[in-house]
Amino acid sequence: MCRTGGVPEPTGTGDEAHTTAAFTALLEDSVEDLYESAPCGYLSTMMDGTIAKINATLLDWLGLDREAVVGRKRFADLLTIGGKLYHETHFAPLLRMQGELRGIALEMRRQDGGRLPVLVSAVVKHGTEGEPLLIRITVFDASDRRAYEQELLRRREDAERARAEADEARRQAEADRARLADALAVLQRSLVPDSLPDVPGLETAVHYHTASPDQLGGDFYDLFPVAGDRWAFFLGDVCGKGPEAASLTSLTRYTLRAAAHHDPDPASALSTLNAVLHERYTGGGNPRYCTCIFGIVEPGGAQGRAVVRLASGGHPPALVLRADGRAEFLPTPGGLLIGVVPGAPIGTAETVLAPGDTVVLYTDGLTEARIGPGRDDLFGEDALHAFATDHAPASPRGVITALTELLEGFGDGLDDDTALLALGVPATPSTPDPASPTVPATSHTS
Amino acid sequence: MDIRRRNNVNVVGPADAPVLLLAHGFGCDQNMWRLVAPALAERYRVVLFDYVGSGGSELAAWSEERYSSLHGYAGDVVDVLEELDLRQAVFVGHSVSAMVGVLAAQAAPERIGALVMVTPSPCYIDDEGYRGGFSTEDIDELLASLEANYLGWSSAMAPVIMGNPERPELGQELTNSFCATDPDIARVFARTTFLTDSREDLKGVSVPTLVLECEQDAIAPREVGAYVHAAIPASRLVTLDATGHCPQLSAPQATTAAILDFLESVK
Repeated sequence: MCRTGGVPEPTGTGDEAHTTAAFTALLEDSVEDLYESAPCGYLSTMMDGTIAKINATLLDWLGLDREAVVGRKRFADLLTIGGKLYHETHFAPLLRMQGELRGIALEMRRQDGGRLPVLVSAVVKHGTEGEPLLIRITVFDASDRRAYEQELLRRREDAERARAEADEARRQAEADRARLADALAVLQRSLVPDSLPDVPGLETAVHYHTASPDQLGGDFYDLFPVAGDRWAFFLGDVCGKGPEAASLTSLTRYTLRAAAHHDPDPASALSTLNAVLHERYTGGGNPRYCTCIFGIVEPGGAQGRAVVRLASGGHPPALVLRADGRAEFLPTPGGLLIGVVPGAPIGTAETVLAPGDTVVLYTDGLTEARIGPGRDDLFGEDALHAFATDHAPASPRGVITALTELLEGFGDGLDDDTALLALGVPATPSTPDPASPTVPATSHTS
Repeated sequence: MDIRRRNNVNVVGPADAPVLLLAHGFGCDQNMWRLVAPALAERYRVVLFDYVGSGGSELAAWSEERYSSLHGYAGDVVDVLEELDLRQAVFVGHSVSAMVGVLAAQAAPERIGALVMVTPSPCYIDDEGYRGGFSTEDIDELLASLEANYLGWSSAMAPVIMGNPERPELGQELTNSFCATDPDIARVFARTTFLTDSREDLKGVSVPTLVLECEQDAIAPREVGAYVHAAIPASRLVTLDATGHCPQLSAPQATTAAILDFLESVK
C-alpha cells in the first residue's frame, strides 16, 4: 500500500470524480518530458559504449551540449581517469557477464573541470535472438552520500590508527614489564644464596616467601664458612621494598660477609654493619636501617654438640626446638635497629645445640601475619611459641616444612616477605647415607 | 601447500591435448575467460586459475610483500605449471598478466612454449619516446580513487548476481565472489599493475608470441600494442575489431579465432 502525501484516499463514489480530476491534473502528459527532466540522469549507449541518447538532466549536471556528446563520446569518456580505469577493469566486464549492474560508485567529469560523484546502474537490452543491443544507464547524483562516506571512511581510518597506536603501546608496556621482571629476578637472586652450602655435622633448611613478584623483597639470609671450621649465618629485614631496599640489602649482605671474615665475633660484625649503614645513609640525611640476627656456629663438639653464638640488632628472637620436646625463645635483649644511631648497642646470646636440637631464625612476616575472621589480629610470638612446642622435636627440614604450611594457611593474611632459616644437629650421629644425600633443603615461594 | 586449492585451479578439455594456461588480469578472476574457454577446450586442455588474492583463491596465502611485484604473480604461474607438471604450455595472459607471462617464461623456460598477450601493456605511464596512455597523475588518481571509493566499490564488487534468461550460460555458475576482492588486496594489485615498468623484460622473450589488441582500448591503446610487437621479434600482432580492454568478453568469437589461428601456426 502506497500513499502519496496530500492526495486523499478515495472514500466513495461521490469523491471519486473529484480525485480522478486531481490525479489528472498531476499526470505527466509527456513521456519525453519525463525522460528529459527526470531527477536522475539517463543515457543509452551502443555495446561499444558510444552514447546514443542522453537526457537533459545529465547534460545539465555535466555542463555538456547534446551535439558534443551523442555519437561522439563513449560513456567512459564522461568519467574521471580513475573512473575510466575502473570502468574498463570492473564495470564493463561485469556488465558483459551479468547483463546488469547496480549502484556502482563512479565520478563523472564536468565541463568546468569539477567532479560529480554518482551512483550508476546499467542494464543490457537484448534483441529477440538474445544478442546484446544496447546499454541503458541511469545516473544518480551522490555528492552528499559520497561526502558522508568520506567522513565515515575518515573516522574509520582514525579509529584504526588509534587502535594500532594503542596496540603498539600495550606491546611496548608488556615488553617493558617483562624486561623489568627479568632484571628484578636477577637482582633478587643476588640478594640470597642460590642454595645453602653443605655444613658437616649440621642439617640446614631455608624458606623464602616473596609477597609480591613485582617487588624486590626486603628480607635476606646467608650461610657461609669462616676460619677455624666455623660457619657464619645471618637473617634480617631491611626497611622498605623495591630497588632502594635491594641496594640496602646488597650492602648489608656483603658488609656482613666481609666483616665475618675479618672478625668472626657476631657483635663485631653487626657493629661494623651499623657503622657502614649509618655512614652511608643516616649520615647523609637519608636514614635507612635493618633488623638482623647474626650467628656463628661451631659444630663437631663432644657428642656432636654445636655451639651457637648470636648477636641481634632489633630483630625478633631466635627460637630453639629442643630434642626433649621443649621450645624456647633465645632472647637477645638490648639490641637496637642497625644503622640508626652511631655505636648502637647489640644484644647477644649463646646456646648449645645437642643432637635433635634446632634453632630457627625468622623475619616478622611470620609473627605479623594477620589472622582471624577480619584479619585484625597478628599471629604473634606467643602463637609461634605454641606452634613450636607442638612440633618439637623437629629437624630443620621438618620445622621449615611445618612453618611453610603455616604460612600458606595464612592466605592473604600474609602480606609481607618472610624468610625462615633453621640449623640443627641431627638427632642421630650423622653417618653418610648414600640413599639420602645430604643436600640442604632450600625452598622459595612467592 | 596445496597449489590447486590455493590458486583455485580448474582444468577442462582433453587430457592428452596441448595445454593452454589462461591467466586473468587486474579486476576480476578466471571467469573472465568464460566466453572463450569452451571453444578452446574443444581442441586444447585448458587450465584456469586465480591469482592468490583474487576470485576463489585462498586469501590466507596472500602477502603484501610477495604480491607487490609482478614476480610474485609469476611465481603463482610457475607454481601451477610445476604442480601440474606442464611443459611447453601456451600461456594466455590478459592485460597485466601478459607481462606476468613474460616473467614466468624467463623463470621456467622449459614450461612455457608460446605466449598469447591479450591487450598487453609493458608500461602504463608515458615516458620520453614512449606513450603508455597515462600520466603519473592519472595513475595517482586511480589509486587515490581506489582508496577514497572504498565504500562505493565494495558494493560494486559484490554485485547481486541475477538470472539472465537471454544468456543462460552466464547466469548459473557465476558465484558471488566474481570480481569481489578484498579492498586492501585490490589496492596492492592495482598499484603493482599500473606502476610497474616492464619494458626491459620484453627483450628477453624468445618464444613465439601473439599480441592481441583492440581497435579501441582506453587502457592499452594501439601504440602500445605496436610497441610490444616491435620489442618482440618473434611476435605476431592481431588487431581485433573490438572496443574496450576485454576482447574475450566483447568479441569472444574473434578472440578465440585469433588464438586458434596462432596455435595452428606454432604447432
